[in-house]
Amino acid sequence: MMLFLRQAWTIAAKDLRSELRTKESLNAAFAFAVTILLLFSFAVDVDPDRIKEISGGLLWMVFAFAGALIFNRAFARDLANDCLDALLASPIPGAALFLGKTIASFTLVLAIEMLCYPVFGLLYNISWANHFWTLAGVTVLATWAMAVIGTMFSTLCVNLSLREIMLPLLVYPVLIPALMGAMLLTTQLISGQPISSDNQIWLRVLAAFDIIFTSLALLLVETVLVG
Amino acid sequence: MKDKLLFGAGLMAALYLVRNLYVILVDLPDEAQQGAIYRIFFFHLPPYFTAVVMFLGALIASIQYLRTKDFKYDCFAVSAIEVGLAFAAMNLVTGSIWGRQQWGIWWTWDARLTSALITWLIYAGYLMLRQAIPEPTQRAKNAAVLAIFAFTAVYFTYKANEWYRTQHPGPVLTFRTGKETIDRSMQNMLFHNTGAFLLLASVMVAHRMRLERNQREVESLRRFVHAH
Amino acid sequence: MSEAALAVHEVWKYFGDFPALRKVTLRVDPGSCVALLGRNGAGKTTLLKILAGLAAPSEGTILLEGKSPRDAATRSRIGLIGHGIAVYDELTALENLEVFAQLYGIAQPREAAREWLRRVNLGHVENGKAREFSRGMRQRLAVARAFLHSPKLLILDEPFTGLDDRSIGLLQALLRDALATGATAILSTHQLPEAMELATHVALLNRGQLAFAGERTAEMLADPNWVYKHYGEAAA
Repeated sequence: MMLFLRQAWTIAAKDLRSELRTKESLNAAFAFAVTILLLFSFAVDVDPDRIKEISGGLLWMVFAFAGALIFNRAFARDLANDCLDALLASPIPGAALFLGKTIASFTLVLAIEMLCYPVFGLLYNISWANHFWTLAGVTVLATWAMAVIGTMFSTLCVNLSLREIMLPLLVYPVLIPALMGAMLLTTQLISGQPISSDNQIWLRVLAAFDIIFTSLALLLVETVLVG
Repeated sequence: MKDKLLFGAGLMAALYLVRNLYVILVDLPDEAQQGAIYRIFFFHLPPYFTAVVMFLGALIASIQYLRTKDFKYDCFAVSAIEVGLAFAAMNLVTGSIWGRQQWGIWWTWDARLTSALITWLIYAGYLMLRQAIPEPTQRAKNAAVLAIFAFTAVYFTYKANEWYRTQHPGPVLTFRTGKETIDRSMQNMLFHNTGAFLLLASVMVAHRMRLERNQREVESLRRFVHAH
Repeated sequence: MSEAALAVHEVWKYFGDFPALRKVTLRVDPGSCVALLGRNGAGKTTLLKILAGLAAPSEGTILLEGKSPRDAATRSRIGLIGHGIAVYDELTALENLEVFAQLYGIAQPREAAREWLRRVNLGHVENGKAREFSRGMRQRLAVARAFLHSPKLLILDEPFTGLDDRSIGLLQALLRDALATGATAILSTHQLPEAMELATHVALLNRGQLAFAGERTAEMLADPNWVYKHYGEAAA
């Protein structure tokens, strides 16, 4: 178990180190996110109350699309120079490889999101951090959902030249329940209210989504990776 | 022999459907609140149920494929999902028409209809993935894994939409609108039409499986030729 | 009969319609070094990939020391130089080796990585990014990666390609050392003289079929093209 986690961490560290050196997708994703947030001010009446009502929806759409730019690259770095072959030939279990990559993507997207919140607050004059820790918790759960599905479906597409087109088409419909929950909860939290008892169920949905899909992925990824 | 069986089953399904159609149009009374249009429900719910059965079948076949690597399961999975998509599409179209008739709009964010649309997109993705992988073993393997994820996702989708709609009520496509119980003859017809559609779906799956098997045989013959 | 280091039994591999490998049967005893020859497209890379556990055969079986290539213990004994050099461009030479040292469970990954960088004459650029290296340097890094964990089964796909004289000598020395400790190696190559020096056995793939498999003879050493002349496509 410890070995498994250590191996996963080796992969996660490698991916993060690689990405932080070049910052290719990180910059692209962040620039994209900020641009959309900015553009949105031209699309609607910038009235704080109205913005609060749609904050969850807007933010999570931005996160989902910015995230795609990161997840698309999950395996791209390993395909250059056939590095994936060397990884697969090594003793690391496919599940540990998958977990490592998911952790790396998750961390990058989470970083972008936590930067986007203050930008959003600034642009629209909304104090977003009233329930900071709860909001962070929701963000973590939903981002993990995106990371797991994004990385898993990346492995399904890993040999396809059409990967960049295919991946979003496959990923987004599956993510809808998680994004739904994230949007509802985020809207409520940014509006300054704690999560109502009505909305507690969405926390459970997010948690269940994460647990079930992570388990499925860990179980099935080895089968997919070895041709 | 198999051909004859298939043909016979197909004929039975067709006759069953025609008989049901007759009963629906002629015998059944109009519904209290919605008038004549409610009849579309008989072509809205049964196809949905049939599609679910198909997708469930594909899930089981996909799991079996991953366990045994026997291509007949892959064959069944792709056939069932294709047929299921067709019935799911019927569900969507009839839902849309019904909504248009009831509320004047082409799309109602009814919980089940929304879930059905998302489900359709998820399984359309399955067919897209299959299209994009030319190598048969890898295609079967990846598709099987996707089918498992798809079914799980569909379950989440339905539950999520249900809960969402209880919190944000909207128009609902059904004719159990009131406290009255559903008329007996209507209930029976629901079962009958479901049966007819299931029978039709089975025939379609069997036929599609035959096409798939022929395709694989052609592929293996081509390999044989290439090798010698 | 002792257990074969590599046992390939009636392996077929299809890519769609195309049979890349046709009923290949090969047995390699421990301690041998097999030179795998064949024209481009003969199926050498495919066979080596299957041996390394990166792909599954369409039909037939592969056993490495009696076990499946996917077995974790077996994988820790395989040293692979694949068709691509498997080097991460954005990481430094040291980081590249460290990653693999960690994956192979080597006790002191950083020290082991440094040691191996020195052995392949890359010690002076340990903090240089792999992207900035010349082709020969990247190839030497790949060699270090393959030998890092003292593998007992070496699977090398055209390892001499792109190496300069010094590096070829280096790789030959490493291979000789490994073979001396009882390792088994199978390497595909177009660099016939270098391969023939090291090989104890030779196998020739012709359009996916094994046209020849046997010991490396003195004639082959004297004329590296001997196998192609006698068993190659033109001869067949």
